[in-house]
Amino acid sequence: MAEAKTGTLAVTGNEAVAEAMRQIDPDVVCAYPITPQTEVVQLYAQMVADGKVTSEFVTVESEHSAMSAVIGSAAAGARTMTATSSQGFALMWELLYIAASYRLPIVMTTVNRALSGPINIHCDHSDTMGGRDSGWIQLYGENHQQAYDNCIQAIRIAEHLDVRTPVMHMYDGYVISGAIGPLVMLPDETVRQFIGPYKAINPLLDTEHPVTVGPFDGLRGFYFEHKISQNRAMDRALTVIQDVADEYADLSGRRYGLLEPYRLDDAEIAIVVIGSTAGTTRMVVDKLRAKGVKAGMVRVRVFRPFPHEAYAQALQHVKVVGVLDRADSFGAQGGPVFLEIRAALYDCDPRPQVLPFIYGLGGRDIFPDNIEQAFVQLEQAAQGKERATTERRYLNVREG
Amino acid sequence: MTPMKRPKWDITDIDTWGPGKHELGATIPTSGNSDEFVTGGWRSQTPHIDIDKCTGCMLCYFFCPDASIVIENGKAVDVDLKHCKGCGICAKECPSDAITMTTDQGA
Repeated sequence: MAEAKTGTLAVTGNEAVAEAMRQIDPDVVCAYPITPQTEVVQLYAQMVADGKVTSEFVTVESEHSAMSAVIGSAAAGARTMTATSSQGFALMWELLYIAASYRLPIVMTTVNRALSGPINIHCDHSDTMGGRDSGWIQLYGENHQQAYDNCIQAIRIAEHLDVRTPVMHMYDGYVISGAIGPLVMLPDETVRQFIGPYKAINPLLDTEHPVTVGPFDGLRGFYFEHKISQNRAMDRALTVIQDVADEYADLSGRRYGLLEPYRLDDAEIAIVVIGSTAGTTRMVVDKLRAKGVKAGMVRVRVFRPFPHEAYAQALQHVKVVGVLDRADSFGAQGGPVFLEIRAALYDCDPRPQVLPFIYGLGGRDIFPDNIEQAFVQLEQAAQGKERATTERRYLNVREG
Repeated sequence: MTPMKRPKWDITDIDTWGPGKHELGATIPTSGNSDEFVTGGWRSQTPHIDIDKCTGCMLCYFFCPDASIVIENGKAVDVDLKHCKGCGICAKECPSDAITMTTDQGA
């Protein structure tokens, strides 16, 4: 086992990802530093300078340029990675869609941070939640280990011939990125064999077979058909993500699914949550279980593609589901995860109640008491004669 | 070793292609095929060349934004109407007034 070889390391989330990138040793990294992702880029640049990796490191003047360079590099035929956060992610915006529609298997680390304004450098998920329709696959990690594991698995998912779609993997800014936590690494050679050599499709640098990447769709108009093929790749990605996770489990002993249920089998109330707050929620579930409350939890790992059937399967027996969103969708019925979960459970009979909670915006702390309070609201809804309202419930917010 | 030749990209029935038939990421997997993209239908005016007036200065050829002037033996002899968009630059630049524009009917 890998564990016996490397032992458990104490690292920041960013260090964990920089180490994963070192082991992947992509052909090209184009990146621009931004809080709280900076450490990833800084450490990787150092590895390049020290000759620990063979990557070409392209320093760019903005994230718009970073994603543009990444697209050019991937189209040229190189295994390419980048990393960003928040405003940097927002600046990449138009290129995210281009990368996905060109079907370039880029892997991007995104350290979740609030979008301005007011200017805020702390964690929430408003950056990547805004990119959920860009055509990228989205994996959300809970902790340091998952940041590392997702980064490595992302390469295999993105490059799989059934998928060929860029993957972004996320973890919470500061809470994971800057705080120290445990990490068990795989040996370098194991990672190298797991990811395998990169095979580019129609690379621009294959001068014997000249191609045009990114042509004008023209007056004949096949845009619509290309969008459908992107969505078909997303459907196939559900299987691929699970297959890659299973193969990775054989190497690492760490098993991942599309979603991660916790004490859910006989649960009457349950919380769905993304990111590091899952750890806190798990603790609260244990506390409530000790008191006889049938509480459970699901952690969202894969948000795009969204495995709606798996959620319906996992949550159909639950009376009331509370969805904790660390991003809001202004003017919508609730946050992005809430909307997905509520839609996924629509065909269940009986249909569980689904209530929207918003927490942690701009890095607002989320305490076990806040989560317990959410469970109390779920319990009240479960006991109520009428279905509860779907107004947003805010956790740890100043009233008035 | 000589690289393997790819089969020619056959797009004769491309108008019937569904999502499964197109190249990944909308890439065009061959080169030199812009000639097949017929854009002359945009044209509302058409250039006509009076070969007798042409002195072979080639200005029309160099100014044409679409490489639509056909040159033979150093003289402009024809216009590639599959791609000419009727901009009239050739007629404007010709120092010998050898090119005139007419308005196309029903274009």
